[in-house]
Amino acid sequence: MSSRARKAVGRNVLRKEGHDKVTGAARYIDDLTFPGLLHARTIRSTIPAGEIVKVRFKGDRAGFTLVDHHDIPGRNIVALIDEDQPCLAERKIRHVAEPILLLVHEDREKLRAADVQIEYRPSTPNYDPERSAITFKKIAIDKGDLDAGFAAADVIVEGEYRTGLQEQLYIETNGVIAVPGSSVAGAAGGITVYGSMQCPYYVHRALVILLGLPAGKVRVIQTETGGGFGGKEEYPSMMAGHAALAALKTGRPVKLVYDRVEDMLATTKRHPSIVRHRTGVTRDGRLTAIDIDAVLDGGAYATLSAVVLSRGMIHAAGPYRCDHIRIRGRATMTNTPPNGAFRGFGAPQTQFAAEVHMDRIAERLGLDPVRVREINALRPGDTTATGQRLGKDSSALQVLREAVTRTGFRKRRRALAGTNRGIGLSLFFHGSGFTGAGEVKLAAKASLALTHKGARIHVASTEIGQGTRTMLAQIVADALGVRYDDVDVNAADTGEVPDSGPTVASRTCMIVGRILERCAEEMRARLGRLTPRQYLRAFGPLVITKQYERPAGMVWDDTVYKGDAYGSYGWGCDVVEVEVDRDTYEVRPTAFTTVHEIGKAIHPMLAVGQIEGGSAQGLGYAILEDVVMRDGRMANATLTNYIIPTSLDTPPMQVVLLENPYPHGPSGAKGVGEMPIDGPAPAVINALRHAGFDLREIPATPERVMLTSSVESTQRTPRTPRKSQAWV
Amino acid sequence: MGLTSVSFVSFVLNGRRKKLDVHPLKRLLDVLREDCGLTGTKEGCGEGECGACTVLIDGVPVNSCLVPAAHADGTRVTTIEGLGGRHRLQRAFVEHGGAQCGICTPGMILAAVALGPRPSLHDIKVGLAGNLCRCTGYSAIYRSIQQSHV
Ligand code: FES
Ligand code: FES
Repeated sequence: MSSRARKAVGRNVLRKEGHDKVTGAARYIDDLTFPGLLHARTIRSTIPAGEIVKVRFKGDRAGFTLVDHHDIPGRNIVALIDEDQPCLAERKIRHVAEPILLLVHEDREKLRAADVQIEYRPSTPNYDPERSAITFKKIAIDKGDLDAGFAAADVIVEGEYRTGLQEQLYIETNGVIAVPGSSVAGAAGGITVYGSMQCPYYVHRALVILLGLPAGKVRVIQTETGGGFGGKEEYPSMMAGHAALAALKTGRPVKLVYDRVEDMLATTKRHPSIVRHRTGVTRDGRLTAIDIDAVLDGGAYATLSAVVLSRGMIHAAGPYRCDHIRIRGRATMTNTPPNGAFRGFGAPQTQFAAEVHMDRIAERLGLDPVRVREINALRPGDTTATGQRLGKDSSALQVLREAVTRTGFRKRRRALAGTNRGIGLSLFFHGSGFTGAGEVKLAAKASLALTHKGARIHVASTEIGQGTRTMLAQIVADALGVRYDDVDVNAADTGEVPDSGPTVASRTCMIVGRILERCAEEMRARLGRLTPRQYLRAFGPLVITKQYERPAGMVWDDTVYKGDAYGSYGWGCDVVEVEVDRDTYEVRPTAFTTVHEIGKAIHPMLAVGQIEGGSAQGLGYAILEDVVMRDGRMANATLTNYIIPTSLDTPPMQVVLLENPYPHGPSGAKGVGEMPIDGPAPAVINALRHAGFDLREIPATPERVMLTSSVESTQRTPRTPRKSQAWV
Repeated sequence: MGLTSVSFVSFVLNGRRKKLDVHPLKRLLDVLREDCGLTGTKEGCGEGECGACTVLIDGVPVNSCLVPAAHADGTRVTTIEGLGGRHRLQRAFVEHGGAQCGICTPGMILAAVALGPRPSLHDIKVGLAGNLCRCTGYSAIYRSIQQSHV
């Protein structure tokens, strides 16, 4: 067939569902209704630890259905990694807001007014992740000989860094609707669940196990999703279970949509972290030994803590070369709602520590922050902490130099010294795709079906705002040689699409995009000189399905955490200027520049959109977003008290894209979704240090800034030796 | 308790006269979504903080989650559906990346309509300060609004 179609990759084509989103035609979960629809309300624990003694429903029960753990036909777990979390609590309570039962009624007002009282036998909760008796996961990474590394050091620099909880705060709250019956061909009975979600097949698997149904009788359909950021990775499995149990018990469709307060109280957040660094350096600034110890607060159940920890630890040493590294990490249990996936997945926490620490090293040596990073940045041919030898697609130095040049960093630093303003930078990297053997185990599949005009994409990868449909259609259009408009995308409906894996880990473009590219290449070969219409007339339907193939030479050993942790890494450098109000200690970012190297921008505008949006979330993480926990409960679970950046809080952003192609990505693309959130927080804290405020913890709330020992302004010309600071 | 008392509220919705028998204290947001079947207006918080529920009452942006139905009586109400689909701002939000997940978009566009023609960047930032977007970091929204005039 002809290849005269204008190339789509690299162009800002119109996003597939753009028109529906600007006209109000796009249907989100709460926009849907079904005949006979009932509503559900979740009754949750009000204590952080203990046992349920008695449950009492007060008042008129007419029209109400109660659903509790006795109604579970299969196993009472939310199936994910470990099997520790019940879908509905039976007796034991491990956190506030743990679901105990569902109330179902057709009138939402009656539902709201219903009074259920629960008697408990409380026990003593633990909120300290370092004192926990339960460890969900431990990870150890060793490279070289740590003692030898420290022996070679002239100076040893130590530091402890902390990050807080962060709420994803997608503007559409979590919601699902369960409808009895799965209309998948041949399957009577069963259940269909519609919902706002990132991972339809996660939900599917959880329902199969909870309901004890064969896979063919469970169908999960993603509806238009109003943001996820990781927050709709695992929790929808829990909610889908609740709604499904209610629908099966009542025989009617059941809608379960959280209001904002419930969503903030009950659903997962970013893991808080405590990370300690001990680093050996030579006087001229070379890292000789890196010793890191990290704890993540997993909350009450394991959820995804093991894999969040894994990504966090692999990124913990930052994008730096060092022959002798020891990393120890653990995720432990506390009596707070479970923490889970959030954009960046452990890497923002550990790279925060690494990058703030790097400025302390520079300060100790009297080097400027750029120089110490230039000396140590990973180059092609270097090995990471896990021993992965980096290819030509590694760009740490390039992004650093580009950011320094674009911002006139050193000049600004001199200009701002001694004022209430400061400038800081951060250098970071982010692995694309699942960690280690994750992609091999997952064995994602994607399909392409020939249509009269072009092709239809069948994947379970979801559009959650980032542009999945658009970007995948661009890749397919070019590989097949058809127009972008002639490629469409099937709904993410487990009854119709293969399991291309969850929409997480910056994997959709690089991994799923590449599988689709291979489907399209084969389809093009099959078509030969025929147009799709001619082919269909002559030979009938054509569907091509392919599975993930590990790039040759990629090796990973999970038992010792060694090898190629990721197919490729994106590289980034942020520069931020902040201003501190002398009276209120409020921190305001006034300028922000970020350089991202992402292999290839399939759709530059979407890529920039990810970077701007992720950076804004990162600035919120750094400065504004403070989850206040009191007695195991989020005390500020409203948008009035939990502040995310508004238009007035977000500084002008300069985004620079660099492209250094990854040979096994579609058109050279790597991942982009998560990396932008790795950089802003350390850059802000480094800028605050430059302005004279010595913080080791985020968010940098006015209280924290006020309480820091004010250091004298760090105006130094690079390379002037300086007495060591007292904090080491 | 239950909203059972009934009275009539009438207003002009997207150019058409509406007369509805709803409780005068029912949230305008719910009246629009449930009684009028217009689900383009979204709920993000229900407490006046996010702006996802923004509609125009006599041209002025309001959070419809805070407005009782009675308050709309005798007014002209405009929702995203009222812009038709060919409005310059709708086109610009698609072309310039102003909509990512899209949940804030109807409210954002209506807030932008209320800014009038050719607002300055400062006016845009101030005018949209009550409309939260978690996806874009706002920059693409500013670009969409500024480019909608060219
Ligand atoms: S829903 Fe009305 S302001 Fe958030
Ligand atoms: S586009 Fe998702 S909240 Fe604005």
